[in-house]
This record gives sequence, structure tokens and C-alpha cells, in this order.
Amino acid sequence: MSKALQINNLRKTYANGFTALKGVSLDVEQGDFFALLGGNGAGKSTMIGIISSLVNKTDGDVKVCGFDLETQRSQAKSMIGLVPQEFNINMFEPVDEILINQAGYYGVPRKEATIRARQLLEQLELWDKRKNMARELSGGMKRRLMIARALIHRPKLLILDEPTAGVDIEIRRSMWDFLTKLNTAGMTIILTTHYLEEAESMCRNIAIINKGEIVKNTSMKTLLSGLNHETFILDLKTPVTQVPHTDEFTITLIDESTLEVELSKDFSINRIFEVLNNHDIRVNSMRNKSNRLEELFLEMVHQNNAENTSEETA
Amino acid sequence: MNFSYQMTALYTILVKEVLRFTRIWVQTILPPAITMALYFVIFGKLIGSAIDSSATDGYSYIDYIVPGLIMMSVITNSYSNVVSSFYSAKYQGHLQELLVSPTPNMIIILGFIGGGVIRGLMVGAIVTVVSMFFTDLNIAHPVITLLTVFLTAVLFATAGLINGVYAKSFDDISIVPVFVLTPLTYLGGVFYSIKLLSDFWQTVSLANPILYMVNGFRYGFLGVSDINIYACFAVILIFWGILFSIAYFLLDRGIGIRT
Repeated sequence: MSKALQINNLRKTYANGFTALKGVSLDVEQGDFFALLGGNGAGKSTMIGIISSLVNKTDGDVKVCGFDLETQRSQAKSMIGLVPQEFNINMFEPVDEILINQAGYYGVPRKEATIRARQLLEQLELWDKRKNMARELSGGMKRRLMIARALIHRPKLLILDEPTAGVDIEIRRSMWDFLTKLNTAGMTIILTTHYLEEAESMCRNIAIINKGEIVKNTSMKTLLSGLNHETFILDLKTPVTQVPHTDEFTITLIDESTLEVELSKDFSINRIFEVLNNHDIRVNSMRNKSNRLEELFLEMVHQNNAENTSEETA
Repeated sequence: MNFSYQMTALYTILVKEVLRFTRIWVQTILPPAITMALYFVIFGKLIGSAIDSSATDGYSYIDYIVPGLIMMSVITNSYSNVVSSFYSAKYQGHLQELLVSPTPNMIIILGFIGGGVIRGLMVGAIVTVVSMFFTDLNIAHPVITLLTVFLTAVLFATAGLINGVYAKSFDDISIVPVFVLTPLTYLGGVFYSIKLLSDFWQTVSLANPILYMVNGFRYGFLGVSDINIYACFAVILIFWGILFSIAYFLLDRGIGIRT
């Protein structure tokens, strides 16, 4: 079975001389839920732009479900559904027409497109708004409309560029459920997001891109197992003025009812409670200070930046 | 994308374009009808009645200017429909709907041109009906009339597409209609025969492509023209060939629409 996406040595240098992609190679298996992470200007959107034919590449090859984007452009494009970062819908067009027209561009006749549009609008809870102009929709509804539009021609590969940006938590979670169902049904999904818990909870594989280069490409599980330490915030039942000292982990007093504990992965989390218990400190609740993936992501990006700086200096 | 899919895509673009300008008919269809009615009243009836028919090949002034005014509305509307539709799609970003799809560039070009032609001809038909309130229309050569107006609409819709591709701001989409199209149309024999001009200005007028379209159309209506009818068709087709090649080149290279 061909891969959903094969990128080989992809390069992009813009007219102003800025190199956004420096020879990126990446494979995404069919059926995967793949996270593509990177900071602003890392090259994610350029890569997605090239895959979706909105940006001309400088060099390299892209294959979508086995179809070469250059020589089999039509077939390759038919395989892709794109949900871009910016709202790019016609604000002066009714919701259902946006979907029916999009289907038409892929050769789906209006009768069939109308049926598909109804299914998607119902699934994404937009059926009541089908005759509204797009500009009348809320931000969350516009995002869902863009997802429906990307799915109307039944693509094999769905690319979502920060689909939940600016969406409230309730709608975000319903979108996660919807995307998970799509993936379970066999659709390959590539997701870029700034909500790293989103990537951690849904994606099986991940690539981290920084300054136009892939700095990590592995499974989410492997990546998270590489985390050397985790930081926890503990809310205490009774106030304390001093914290116990131990060589196994670092405990910092944030305020009289809150502790921050940095624990190496060599030690068990149980040791925190043992130590605190011995000092008669009772814990009410506990949470990660930041998302685990976020910590790893920052670590890798900083490390990569430091390496690049030292290379430039040398 | 096979032929049937391509035709579905073309039909979709055409339907979308027609729905777009009919949805805002107060901005797109009504104004030319009112403007042309005023032209007919003021230039045709009031001023026109004082003009000797020897200056207009023996026809009354209103009969003489009706073809030119219809053509003027066709030119303006076919051009402005495409330039505003294409630029709005680019500006709002929803042109990407087409660019990410497998719709070939040729179909995108034909779709937008088709939308412009439909609006141009629709407005032309409305203006023709309006003109019938002021004069009795007789069409000497119906085939030439239809062919001229159709090819002219195609030509200016194509020109509008090129403008839309290049445009980077809303100013850019009004510069050509205001500073190029309008002067060329007014100086293109809509209101007068170039025989009234001195030899020098007659020669200068021959460089204006709109002169050939207006005269070709007038020949279709009245059977009189300042220009040979074959020359009219030749100029229209040559200009269209050049503009279409430019439009295809721009879309194929992604100039102005892809990064």
C-alpha cells in the first residue's frame, strides 16, 4: 500500500531569498494521525502550501497516495482535503453553496454534492445555518464549515492547519471527537496545532520542524518516553512554610499552599508522596505544570537553535 | 480529471458566477440599464434630434448611437464582472478553493470568462430592451450582430481576468476601467463617425481596438460602418488570442495567485 504522503528533499526559497524549507523529507503512512509541530515561521505552512499546490516548490518531490504532485497533479489533488489556518471562505455565499461548489470543482455533480453537503452539515451541526451567509457564522462555525468543505469530495488525506485556533473548549472537543472518528474510519490526518495537548491526545506519530528542517520524526509514544523530567504542581491541603529537601527531586514553594516538584524520569512519582508524607504534608490535587509534549517541543527547538547558532559561529 | 468532471467543474464556476452577480443585481444589472436610459433620453432624444442625419450615415442620431451604447455596456460589464469576482476571490482567499482542486487552469479561465460573458450579454440584452422604448430597432445582419457582441464580451472578460490576476488592491481593479477602458470606449466611435474627424485623428482612432468592435456591431444593426467588417473580426480575434495566451500563461505559472 502506498504511503499517504511522501516528501523527499523538499526545498523552498522565496523570491526575497528566505529559505523556508531546507530539504525536508517525510513519510506519513495511510491511516495515520500525524502531528506536524513547529513554531511560527518554522516552515509548516510552506510545506502544507506546497502539498496543496498553493505554493510553488523550489526543489524536491511530493507524492500523495502514490500520485506525484508534479506529473499526476490532478489525481494527487483529488486525494487531499485542506483546512487552512486562515478563514478563506466566501463570506458572501450561503453555507450550502460553498460546499456544493467545492464538490463541483472536484467533478461531483450538484445532485450528489447536495446529498453530501447535507450529511456533512448535519454531522458538524451546521444544518440549521445552511442558508446563512458565511459571514453570519461564529468563528467556531466557520472552522467547522471549512472542515466540511475539505471533506466534501471525500479525500484520503486530510490536512488541518491549526483547525481549533480561536475555538472555545466545547467546540474544540467536539471537533476532536469528529476528527478521531474520521481517522478511525480510515482517513489519514495531518494536524498542525499550537495546542500541544491536542496533538498529544490524538496523534500517533509526530514530526517537529524548526527553521525549515525536521528535527524529530518519530511516534508520539517514543517521543514522550524521551522526556527526562516532568514538573508537577501540587495543591496542598494545609499551608506550609518550609519544604523538605531531597536529592531525588527539586521541590520549590510557590506559595504556602502550592508546591512545584521537578522529577527526573529515573524516579517514581510515588517517591514524591512518600517524602511529603514523611514531613506530614498532605496533597489535595496534582497536575502537570505544562503539557509533556510542550516541554519536549521547547527542549528540541532550543537544542536545534543552539546547534545552528554554534555552526554559524564556527 | 476526465472530461465529464471538467465539465462539472466548468458548470459549477459558471453557476457560482451567475449567482454572484444576480444576488447583487442592484449593483450589477440595474445601474447600466438606468445609465443607458439616460443616454438615450439626453443624447438620443434631446441633443440627437438637433443633429443632422448626414453626420450619421443617413440614420437618426439615436439609431446611430444605440449599437455603440449597447456595446459600451457589454464591454464594461463583461470586464468588471471578471475583474471584481476574481480579485475578490483572491482578496478573501477563497480562490484557494479552486487552486487546491484538480480543476485545470483552462477550465478556471473559461469559467471566469464565461461568467463575464453571461453578465455582459445579459446587461446588453436589457439595454437593448430599454432602447426599444426610444426607437424602433432593425437588425440588418443578425449573425454578425450576435457574433460581434459575443466575441467582444469574451475579449473583455479575458482582459478583466488578466487585470484580476495582477491586481494587488481594489485601486488596481478600477484603474484600467476608469483610465483606459472608458476613454477608449468614448473615443471608439460610440457617439460619432470617425469620418467627422480630420485625417490625422481618423488615423489615430484606428489604433483604438474598441472602434472595430463598435463599428462591427453597428454594421450588424444598421449595415453601415467606418471600418471593413472583416477587419473588425480580425482585430477582435487577434486581440483575444493575445489576451487569452497571457491569461493562460499567468494562471499556469501561478503569477499573482500562488506564492
